[in-house]
Amino acid sequence: MGNTSSMLTQYDIEDVENHCSQRFTQREIVSLYQRFCALDRSGKGYISGDEFMSVPEFAVNPLSQRLLGILEGLNFKEFVAVLSAFSPLATINDKLDFIFRVYDIRNNGKVSSEDMIRVLRDLSGDFLTDKQRQAVVTQALEESGYSKDYSLTPEDFLKVLSNGGLKMDVEVPID
Amino acid sequence: MQSSPILFVSLDGTTFALLSTSAWLRRNLLDISPTLSEAASAIIDDSFTRCFKSNQTEPWNWNIYLFPLWCLGVIVRYGILFPISVFVASWTGVVRYHGPRPSRRAKQIFVANHTSMIDFIILEQMTAFAVIMQKHPGWVGLLQTTVLESLGCIWFDRTESKDRSIVAQKLKRHVECEDSNPLLIFPEGTCVNNEYTVMFKKGAFELDCTVCPIAIKYNKIFVDAFWNSKKQSFTMHLIGLMTSWAVVCDVWYLEPQTLKLGETPIEFAERVREMIANRAGIKKVPWDGYLKYYRPSIKLTEKKQQKFADALVSRLGDSVDWR
Repeated sequence: MGNTSSMLTQYDIEDVENHCSQRFTQREIVSLYQRFCALDRSGKGYISGDEFMSVPEFAVNPLSQRLLGILEGLNFKEFVAVLSAFSPLATINDKLDFIFRVYDIRNNGKVSSEDMIRVLRDLSGDFLTDKQRQAVVTQALEESGYSKDYSLTPEDFLKVLSNGGLKMDVEVPID
Repeated sequence: MQSSPILFVSLDGTTFALLSTSAWLRRNLLDISPTLSEAASAIIDDSFTRCFKSNQTEPWNWNIYLFPLWCLGVIVRYGILFPISVFVASWTGVVRYHGPRPSRRAKQIFVANHTSMIDFIILEQMTAFAVIMQKHPGWVGLLQTTVLESLGCIWFDRTESKDRSIVAQKLKRHVECEDSNPLLIFPEGTCVNNEYTVMFKKGAFELDCTVCPIAIKYNKIFVDAFWNSKKQSFTMHLIGLMTSWAVVCDVWYLEPQTLKLGETPIEFAERVREMIANRAGIKKVPWDGYLKYYRPSIKLTEKKQQKFADALVSRLGDSVDWR
């Protein structure tokens, strides 16, 4: 793709479109590129954690640190691919994979009760005690027929989350 | 035990149980999609960053006929206008002033929306203002402490935490003195791109003075006057301005305002901001301009976390052993 400050060629756009499995239209990709360049202030070709955190609405999000782990340092093509989970054209599997990634902090393909407690900690801060968090996670697992030491797989996520109609769509503004 | 609506009864008791209890796991733990959507939405577009977006320079559709014209333009701008500007020490500027200028009085200050350092120059053409500005490093700082100080300018340093009270005192002393030049304050506290205004800081509105609002709107066809301090130094910005064709802008002097009965300084500030934004035809956003330099307070995140925790506790109630 070359330097971020250069223009996006038609070839680049199609390349990115293919890489995200056509979840974004070409116009959306151009718009996302403008956004990418705006956030990547120093034109490095990737957005640093600091640059993400300069967006106040993102900085106040309780899962911002977790998302930084997934998003920072990506080039534009990867950035679009990761965000494509939020496209209305993304499948339920795309969205579940993303959620699983957020939980699977150790990247070992399994989500343990420890992982779930950690995410719950990010979401609830100091307003629940460790014991309370443990209680919620244990209860959740047991109610679903899992043992409290069980680690969830992506298939389990599919089973649990696919029934509720997952709403995780974001619109890309096109000027 | 948390009860869930029964969707269907299956002869296979396991399936039935899984549906109602996995709903528990989904709803209360695994479905973090709202929080994720908020984060993704902020990454893709947010109203704060939009305030500081520079004008996109449209790339020209190059062809051989335009090239000599472009070359001529470069020669004129860099070779002729720029040296002239340096000698004459003023920009090619077409500034239209509207509205009656308020007569000089004590206990009167002027506030304006802020796009660039040249806001000050443009307003200075009409009236010798004293302005409060951020202390800059380098040659600008030198200029500030010599030429501008003689006009009665006041410094602040946003990186100094104790600075605010010192500055407030300086301001009070200045406005009480009849002889001092009228004070000009940019309540946004930072440069914004002239399409938006960020929240006005209340400091200027609690001095017990009449506030004369000034609205400034630049015509972007000739130049984008916005100084994106995160993207370029002031020197580069100045060179950019001086080598462009012209600075064209409108300045409106609006009706002087005083604090209304029962109005807080913050409400006063917002009311004046509304006046200025409407006159200049620019949008308002509810953000503090200083978020350009500092992270949002951790309290905002804590508020979200508390909301989540409270909702979780009330939803689960007795079904969880909370001890």
